[in-house]
Amino acid sequence: MNIIVCAKQVVDVSEMKVDSKTKKPILQGVPQKISDIDKNAIEEAIKIKDKHGGKITVVTVGPSDAKERIKELLAMGADEGVLISSTDKYDYRIVSSLLAEAIKKIGEYDIVLCGEASIDMFSGQVGPRVAGLLNIPQITYAQNINAEKDKTVAMRNMGDKSVTTESSYPVLITVTKEINEPRLPSLMQILGAANKPINEWSAGSLTKELQPKVETIELKGIPMQRKNIVYKDDVDDSVKKLVDSLAKEGVLR
Amino acid sequence: MTEEQKLFQKTVRKFCEKEIKPLASKIDKEEYFPWDMYKKMGKLGLMGMTVPKKYGGAGIDKICYMIALEEISRLCGSTGITIEAHNTLGNGYIYEAGTEEQRKKYLPRLTGGEAFTALAITEPNAGSDVGGIQTTAVIDGDEWVLNGTKQFITSGDIAEAIIVMAKTDKTKGTKGISAFILEKDTPGFKVGQLEDKLGLRGSKTAELIFEDCHVPKENILGEKDKGFYGVMDTLDRGRTAVGAMSVGIARGALEDSIAYAKQREQFGRPIGKFQAIQWMIADMATEIEAARLLVYRAAYLEDNNMSFSKEAAIAKLFASEIAMRATRNAIQIHGGYGYMRDRPLERYFRDIKLSQIGEGTSEIQRIVIAKRLGL
Ligand SMILES: Cc1cc2nc3c(=O)[nH]c(=O)nc-3n(C[C@H](O)[C@H](O)[C@H](O)COP(=O)(O)OP(=O)(O)OC[C@H]3O[C@@H](n4cnc5c(N)ncnc54)[C@H](O)[C@@H]3O)c2cc1C
Ligand SMILES: Cc1cc2nc3c(=O)[nH]c(=O)nc-3n(C[C@H](O)[C@H](O)[C@H](O)COP(=O)(O)OP(=O)(O)OC[C@H]3O[C@@H](n4cnc5c(N)ncnc54)[C@H](O)[C@@H]3O)c2cc1C
Repeated sequence: MNIIVCAKQVVDVSEMKVDSKTKKPILQGVPQKISDIDKNAIEEAIKIKDKHGGKITVVTVGPSDAKERIKELLAMGADEGVLISSTDKYDYRIVSSLLAEAIKKIGEYDIVLCGEASIDMFSGQVGPRVAGLLNIPQITYAQNINAEKDKTVAMRNMGDKSVTTESSYPVLITVTKEINEPRLPSLMQILGAANKPINEWSAGSLTKELQPKVETIELKGIPMQRKNIVYKDDVDDSVKKLVDSLAKEGVLR
Repeated sequence: MTEEQKLFQKTVRKFCEKEIKPLASKIDKEEYFPWDMYKKMGKLGLMGMTVPKKYGGAGIDKICYMIALEEISRLCGSTGITIEAHNTLGNGYIYEAGTEEQRKKYLPRLTGGEAFTALAITEPNAGSDVGGIQTTAVIDGDEWVLNGTKQFITSGDIAEAIIVMAKTDKTKGTKGISAFILEKDTPGFKVGQLEDKLGLRGSKTAELIFEDCHVPKENILGEKDKGFYGVMDTLDRGRTAVGAMSVGIARGALEDSIAYAKQREQFGRPIGKFQAIQWMIADMATEIEAARLLVYRAAYLEDNNMSFSKEAAIAKLFASEIAMRATRNAIQIHGGYGYMRDRPLERYFRDIKLSQIGEGTSEIQRIVIAKRLGL
């Protein structure tokens, strides 16, 4: 079973601060990491490989320092990395077409795994777009995958219900966070990752169309304001008031 | 730090947060020894960090080893010293001084988290003065016969293979000492009392008794009568490691203090707004960074085969002294809460004291440093 995992380098949002005056995120000096859900995708790929054998290739569109992040995935158990070097100005359309072209170039594959969305922008577009461009079936929001020899069965998380879906190969699957717990590589694997290949392909070699159609004009944090309402009279009375105002806010229905 | 070192740090930190953090208080209060956790550490490579892959180790460099020790000790001093003693004093000594046969025989099990090792130098009448040990080893045909008592031996009661320092020439001091690998089920070997300690209570500290213990001739570790040099070399390595442990414990004190100073309010504002608290925290941070760099420097010199004995002593002396101060001030910053056992501050304070005693007291470090300065 040959598996391709699309993984994105993102800023570690937990370390990110927002400028209190301009409300703009301060990105300088914030460490980079692999988007959490993409790590779930890698973990699932390793599990499938453990069962069926094969090869795992990780593909990333990102700046050249993303190579260091790919190494972590190689340490976890991926066999090979591909970095499509790029600027970060690309929109989802271009990123998706770069990934699709890279996947075509890699050639043989049975499963393409993606996270349901990246933790920075959380658009959830890339997986479905890539499946569309490759013209293969897709299963989104998988919270469980059972890869069998000639078909795969996945349970999709649809919020209040789950739906079981089946597909032949090749198939693109996007996974959710609850599907597994990504493993920690051992110290030996971290050292070993240095010997696994990471190929760098330029974006221009994959597609000529690199002009984004979506332009990001501004990024702003949403200011959160606490209402600081304290009910301190009679307990029964306060509870009633609290419930009333929560209902008014639409928190309780 | 290189990207690889950062990845090491991140990996070990995640492991520690998940596996050690929830147990740290129990390890201290109940003197609990988490066997399963050590097995998991073995899988990750933490039980044979600097031993080459060929013998089952992880084969990482000394700086990465220090990074790992800091992370482990940040959350649990007991685990820190157990890992340090096993990796440096036991595995390190066997690897550095052992023959190919000895390495192949002992290291794979020891590095895999299956078994522990220990180094037994200290005796009731010989601590700082290693030359004064009284345990003897006498040749008898194809075997060495060991007699004597060791004390304060970390993991001595659980170790499968113990390195025992003994006099092979009683007429000489330091020049008559040899090292032997003793397996735990050797007849005549007994574990005596387990110590009831101030800190590091989840680490085991045992008395070991040898009564006519017969050890095969080939179990001598390094050359006969040259054991003092082997053990001093091992202690040099251990000193950098105790420095890293100290940095780890001090970092715990610092991180907890910063968080508390932001959150605790007195006189209408967070105590972190008072200069008295700020200065304590600023000093802690400064000293910890300096100590960490001293530790990395000694490790770097070792990695690059340069002499590091003085630098290791400097790193250990400085790191253990500043960590003692950091843990003391962290209690101060926490006020009455710091004094109570439901927070880890008082544990840091008890645990760190060993760093000024074990593997050469602070006084002995100063002697080593002065000697290396030509005095
Ligand atoms: C928790 C713990 C774990 C340990 N683990 C191990 C282990 O795994 N293996 C092992 O072999 N040992 C171990 N030890 C023993 C440790 O190495 C010794 O305690 C240490 O070397 C000091 O020896 P001592 O306790 O006999 O003190 P002493 O040597 O009696 O020292 C007492 C005091 O005199 C000072 N002093 C001694 N000589 C001089 C001098 N020349 N100049 C100035 N001052 C001097 C010392 O600095 C100290 O302040 C452990 C100890 C502890 C507490
Ligand atoms: C064993 C024990 C027994 C006790 N017994 C009693 C008792 O019998 N009766 C009783 O009433 N209390 C008792 N206490 C409580 C004790 O008096 C308080 O712990 C002490 O007053 C400190 O208060 P705190 O713990 O709230 O620390 P905090 O007041 O929160 O202080 C935290 C830190 O902030 C510093 N700080 C606070 N304000 C300032 C400032 N303006 N400028 C600079 N630094 C500042 C403090 O010095 C300290 O370092 C006891 C405490 C202990 C540990």
